[in-house]
Amino acid sequence: MSELIYKSAAQLSESLAKKEVSAREVTQAHLDRIAKVDKAVHAFLFVDTEGALAQADQVDAARAKGENLGPLAGVPLALKDILAQEGIPTTCGSKILAGWRPPYSATVVKKLRTAGVVILGKTNMDEFAMGSSTENSAYGTTQNPWDLKRIPGGSGGGSAAALAAFEAPLAIGSDTGGSIRQPAALTGTVGVKPTYGGVSRYGVVAFSSSLDQVGPCARTVLDTALLHEVIAGHDDYDATSINAPTPPVVAAAKRADVKGMKIGVVKELSGDGYESGVSERFEESLEILRSQGATIEMVSCPNFDYGLAAYYLIAPSEASSNLARFDAMRYGLRVGDDGSRSAEEVMSMTRAAGFGREVKRRIILGTYALSAGYYDAYYGSAQKVRTLITQDFAKAFSSVDVLVSPTTPTVAFPIGEKSNDPVAMYLSDVATIPVNLAGVAAMSLPAGLSEGLPVGFQIIAPAMKDDRLYLVGAALERELAAKWGGVLTTKAPKLISAAGA
Amino acid sequence: MLSYEEIIEKYEPALGLEVHVELGTKTKMFCGCPTEFGAEPNTQVCPVCLGMPGALPFVNERAIESTILIGLALNCSIAPWSRFARKNYFYPDMPKNFQISQYDEPICTDGYLDVEYETPEGMKTFRIEIERVHMEEDTGKSLHVGGATGRIHGAEYSLLDYNRAGIPLVEIVTKTVLGTESYAPQIAKAYVKELRDILRALGVSDVKMEQGSLRCDANISLSPRGSGKLGTRSETKNVNSLRSVERAITSEMHRHAQRLEAGERVVQETRHFQEDSGTTRSGRSKEQAEDYRYFPEPDLLPVAPSAEWIEQLRAQLPERPSAHRARLQQLWQVPDKEMAAMINAGVVGVVEETVAEGADPTKARTWWLGEISRVANEREVEVVEMPITPKDVAEIIALVAAGDLTDKLARQVVEGVIAGEGNPAEVIAARGIKVVSDEGELVAAIERAIAAQPDTAQKVRDGNIPAAGALIGAVMKDTKGQADAARVRELLLGLLGQS
Repeated sequence: MSELIYKSAAQLSESLAKKEVSAREVTQAHLDRIAKVDKAVHAFLFVDTEGALAQADQVDAARAKGENLGPLAGVPLALKDILAQEGIPTTCGSKILAGWRPPYSATVVKKLRTAGVVILGKTNMDEFAMGSSTENSAYGTTQNPWDLKRIPGGSGGGSAAALAAFEAPLAIGSDTGGSIRQPAALTGTVGVKPTYGGVSRYGVVAFSSSLDQVGPCARTVLDTALLHEVIAGHDDYDATSINAPTPPVVAAAKRADVKGMKIGVVKELSGDGYESGVSERFEESLEILRSQGATIEMVSCPNFDYGLAAYYLIAPSEASSNLARFDAMRYGLRVGDDGSRSAEEVMSMTRAAGFGREVKRRIILGTYALSAGYYDAYYGSAQKVRTLITQDFAKAFSSVDVLVSPTTPTVAFPIGEKSNDPVAMYLSDVATIPVNLAGVAAMSLPAGLSEGLPVGFQIIAPAMKDDRLYLVGAALERELAAKWGGVLTTKAPKLISAAGA
Repeated sequence: MLSYEEIIEKYEPALGLEVHVELGTKTKMFCGCPTEFGAEPNTQVCPVCLGMPGALPFVNERAIESTILIGLALNCSIAPWSRFARKNYFYPDMPKNFQISQYDEPICTDGYLDVEYETPEGMKTFRIEIERVHMEEDTGKSLHVGGATGRIHGAEYSLLDYNRAGIPLVEIVTKTVLGTESYAPQIAKAYVKELRDILRALGVSDVKMEQGSLRCDANISLSPRGSGKLGTRSETKNVNSLRSVERAITSEMHRHAQRLEAGERVVQETRHFQEDSGTTRSGRSKEQAEDYRYFPEPDLLPVAPSAEWIEQLRAQLPERPSAHRARLQQLWQVPDKEMAAMINAGVVGVVEETVAEGADPTKARTWWLGEISRVANEREVEVVEMPITPKDVAEIIALVAAGDLTDKLARQVVEGVIAGEGNPAEVIAARGIKVVSDEGELVAAIERAIAAQPDTAQKVRDGNIPAAGALIGAVMKDTKGQADAARVRELLLGLLGQS
């Protein structure tokens, strides 16, 4: 039974369809695993045991009646705590939302429920998705299952760690500057940031509206594609969602063929600052793709050098406005309301007590960048850089089908190493940020280990060509898995001793 | 203190008017909540208009359509591409602590509205230039409980109602209006009235100032003649009726002039109009301009109406009120002076509706400009705000024409309707009003009057016809005004041998 947790979503899907196993059994196995290892990993902020089992029973009942179910019906999933789920605590990793139970569900959550996906609970994250390590969560750091003394990446460290710790075969993340891909890279899992507008943002607590994108996470490329297909598509409730058919991601993951494809290596996303182990795994992956029939060429995107700076003006600017609503008037934390204070004082005290240091830092940065007299120099200039980066991508994609780079410059770093050095922390996302600024699609998948820790390989595709990520990713994964005797996570520590079992 | 004439002699007034209009769409600007006025607090809300975490706005297309119609009616250019922007500031009744509005890329720009005003030198047309028309969402409402003033200062606690949050608002901003001279207050009022008529004709809003669906912020400044530059302006809010527009500006002109004459400067600030005193009081100072940190709203796409759509909407525009009035004047054969009086009193619309109910245009005009205007003046409200409908007036006119009411009785009926006693039929029944047409009863009353005033009667017999007035008066009093005075006179003179 416990073997169930090591299966991929595709394998579970098949067993469930053949009724070799019930959704309840699969769900219970994962709940047991969570009970066993999550004390050590701390991937979850809330486990919805009853809700998950009830949903599993519904799927089993529907299957017994012969209803036509989607491929992921009965497969469990870990949901990043940034998505509103009706009646389920949603904190976004912040004290300011402590105790809030949303009166509505995000569109992605509704789609998951409709598909019969079993939601196990909410996963840990940096507060309001601001961070690259989960150390900014108000509810404690998540540990990397590969080395519990190290961070799992962020902001979606909880979702990534849940996959690597076999607490769930599927997870949902959100990616504003790399919050899906960087944790995927550091935990040896797969994560996709879809094209901006490819997945609805309705019900996803906003960090930076023009950059945020929800995406699928799993341990295999095919599982990621199966989840991608369930959550993607136009939504009337999100004005920025694209009204066009979702690219054929599952078909691409199954085809796994790069023959004749042109792959561009981004010159600016290599060299100084990239650890040698990271660069070596990257080069090996390129070699594999070449051997599979792809042509590899170097591509220059000169404006990527300004990506990080532009990002740290645009994202905090939008965040300073998005986070203004947390004011104690309608929901969440309320501090100082003893009858003697004005509404303004209560707002101020609540925000002082409810937001963590990094969130305050970004609110102040963003407020400053949008201020009269500074707007043009900061926000205005950053938007121009954004346009230039978009043009760099357009130019690159006129000669190659996809771009590739290491996902992160380093492997997972020890907890506490960068928590007092924000700029060093920000550099973790140097290779992932340009993707968000341009709204294109990208995947991170495991390329191997460096000193026993996972290294991520990033693939970038033009907007609404998300299928190319899966075509390339699945081809690379097939060859690497053959070499390793299974996907990378099969080499992950089993965590039994850590959990004290 | 300078008199008004002296103020105008020394200073030139400059006007600026910002009008907020709540659109009459069925649903809110960025969500599907209903917009009806007066519902239980916080019953017309959802995650979007409450600013719940994760909720996103989506645009109400009808609101955009209404805004384009307004822009077209005000002769504006319609931008082929415009954007929403966030206006950031903290206030408890604003759910997101930013308002979705438009900033440097509004949907309609550079229009004008011609306002006609009857001056002692004749009818003049003033062109009010429109700078912009843009869309935004309304805020919720705060109710401050406890404390003497109902203001936030000194209140014990505040209640928040978000029903209004997210209702579509259109803001119509004029350019600085110069050249209205001594008519500045009247032109401001006439502009708002004309604008209201246009909005009503477009059917985009119910334009009720007293319910806040049409709100006016009046800016005024005075500059010493020949100085060549504008003076410091004040912005007066809480101007809740047409009459208040005129009063607020007049009051501000006096206040500015007084300060300037005393060698003080006018502070740039928001002021609040106080209906009871007709003056304004200081609100918050705008010396330190609030920094709203505007930036383009990332959750919404730009608004890009197609040229075809704009032309379709242009074709739907109703007749312009000024053209409409010219047509009515011709149709009803109204002399220029009378027409001007109707325009200035703002009664063209109600007269038209009264005519539509079957009344004679001259009679309808007489009632609205006469008796109803007189009571409105007494009550210091606009004629159209009087609690009597065109249908009521048409009914009364019909009753007079049929001889069922005398003019005097009709005035009593009008008075009753205005007093809230019901419609004309109900007032007539309740007050027992009827024309005394029983000749026997009339003759008896006349004989009683003659008996009571034998000397007067004798004068009439002797040929002093005007003396009959006293007797007729007595008969009318005796019959509680319900007799037809002309018939009384006829009968009286007959009885006294003077027919």
